[in-house]
Amino acid sequence: MKLFEHQSASLFREFGIPVPEARTASDPDGAAVIARKFGGVCVVKAQVLSGGRGKAGGVKLVSSPAEAREAAEKIFAITVQGMPVGTVQVSRAVEIEKEFYAGMTLNRNTRGVEFMFSAEGGVDIEETAANHPEKIIRLPVDPFHGVDDTLLRGALGPFFDAGLLDRAVSIIRNMGRLFFEKDCSLVEINPLALSSGSLVAVDAKIVIDDNSLVKNADLEAFRNPEEYGRDEIDARNAGLSFVGLDGDIGCMVNGAGLAMATMDLIKHFGGFPANFLDIGGSSNPQKVVDALEILLRNKKIRAILMNIFGGITRCDDVARGVILASEKIAIPVPFVIRLIGTNDELGRSMLKEAGFSAYSDLNDAVRRVIEDAGRGRKG
Amino acid sequence: MSILLDETTRVLVQGITGRDGSFHAVAMREYGTRVVGGVTPGKGGTSVDTIPVFDTVADAVSSTGAGATVIFVPAVAASGAVREAADAGIGLIVCITEGIPVLEMVENYRYVKDRGAVLIGPNCPGLISPGKSKAGIMPGQIHAPGRVGVISRSGTLTYEVVYNLTGSGMGQSTCVGIGGDPVIGTGFIELLEMFQRDDGTEAVVLIGEIGGDDEERAAAYVREHFSKKLAVFISGRTAPPGKRMGHAGAIISGSSGTAEAKVKAFREINIPVADRPDQIPAALKEGRE
Repeated sequence: MKLFEHQSASLFREFGIPVPEARTASDPDGAAVIARKFGGVCVVKAQVLSGGRGKAGGVKLVSSPAEAREAAEKIFAITVQGMPVGTVQVSRAVEIEKEFYAGMTLNRNTRGVEFMFSAEGGVDIEETAANHPEKIIRLPVDPFHGVDDTLLRGALGPFFDAGLLDRAVSIIRNMGRLFFEKDCSLVEINPLALSSGSLVAVDAKIVIDDNSLVKNADLEAFRNPEEYGRDEIDARNAGLSFVGLDGDIGCMVNGAGLAMATMDLIKHFGGFPANFLDIGGSSNPQKVVDALEILLRNKKIRAILMNIFGGITRCDDVARGVILASEKIAIPVPFVIRLIGTNDELGRSMLKEAGFSAYSDLNDAVRRVIEDAGRGRKG
Repeated sequence: MSILLDETTRVLVQGITGRDGSFHAVAMREYGTRVVGGVTPGKGGTSVDTIPVFDTVADAVSSTGAGATVIFVPAVAASGAVREAADAGIGLIVCITEGIPVLEMVENYRYVKDRGAVLIGPNCPGLISPGKSKAGIMPGQIHAPGRVGVISRSGTLTYEVVYNLTGSGMGQSTCVGIGGDPVIGTGFIELLEMFQRDDGTEAVVLIGEIGGDDEERAAAYVREHFSKKLAVFISGRTAPPGKRMGHAGAIISGSSGTAEAKVKAFREINIPVADRPDQIPAALKEGRE
């Protein structure tokens, strides 16, 4: 779960990481009111979940309430990587003498957490990692004890004088506490700014591990509907996993790996998958209905492929579920089913009797659905 | 021969009184697995279809001599179940549970490793040594005993691949589903090492997917250390960046974790990468020695 900058900053405050004073507004007048309250120079920033905000014109420096209103108007009018801006943050501007990067993230290879630091902050860290990996310091973070103090002080020593080093170490300790207490998969301060002899987190980015939300129920309040489309949210509520794509062949498959492989196979044979949808290991007719409802909202869909590898689930149960579902919801496009596993012959004959195209071979089913979709495009 | 699991392995089922646990405990026993007991706190002294239930893993181990466990405990209690098994001296811990917080797995991984156990999963179908034993939820009947090892991050895609192998007369020594999470107990490289040492395995199929760079690192390992035949399949070539494709670990982040990079890593060292699941048996035949 991705958090907005202002949500991340509120967690920074809670964990003792210094951030500039800031408020949020949902319209230009609100931005002007905050700028008047703060006085002096302020920064108006789009609150979006994707990167590339600065390049898209989503960050503006202003020196009066009128300028703040004007800047906010412009920012509310842009989109950042296709996402509209619903909220801006207005913060007191910080005089920046130097910018650093500090981040904590999961390292899948070491199966551990890693602290990253660079003396070149304020730029895209992925670019630095790709072009100048030597400019990034990486240290392991122990889940119980955080970053080793001697290692940390040794690594950061060259960049800070004694007083600032203590401040930097304290920020990183607090970052570690936040990371583990809130089950983060990313905490990023970019830039961590040197300003008036002190360090302040001028931007804040946090991603929370979705699996942890059952135990951190308070973080649910941070969930942003903007992160997922309506279809993805409805799918999740129905116990399905859905991701929309650009094509015209709807897919419903049991299992995530097989669902990806099915999309790949459609592309391989010259078709275009409309979505990823993992229906789970179940013959429950309601799941089939829920899945079809989500797929059929997409008016581009010309045909649907259902691919079920019935292992534990019996194929005659799956067939019964599909037939029951088709009585509850009209399916206005060709529906091709690939069914294999326990009792698959019985399941396929039940489906054929009910008027569906049923196959045992995956390639045959994929070729058929592409053919059906092609006919739909011409018609 | 096989790796990790054979007909002599005594297997426990943690969470045996739950819906999935009871169903699969019986299914495993029907396949031939020596299911010697189950564990559910508070249900000790009862039984599930004649399989004795114990309150703790330690009790179960001392009464049955179990050396392996399959965990069906819900995500909120699964980390505790994994650690309890490691503390009781279980050598092979198979965690089927999906949805364990990643940072708990970071801790579990170290906890289990410190106690010398092998953890398979979580969020996986488990493993099977066909004709001998299965410790997991896969359908036994699609497998056949043989000399091909299978390692996969996926569940039903593995069944698809195994179905094609069996249909081509290629039986399997052991098939391991390593799980779809970002942090897992045992990865490709550890299992390639085990298959390399196993006299009963002539060739291996590796099934990867988008997310992370485990496949790239496996390719680097194969180049230096793996001398048996190998064929690869990678799913997610059409997956968009930044979207989690079902599995918690299946996500392309920035420019890393793409299917292209994984396919390239193997093709560069002349390991065949099949474009379709049904082409894997043929790819295995042409795979380099």
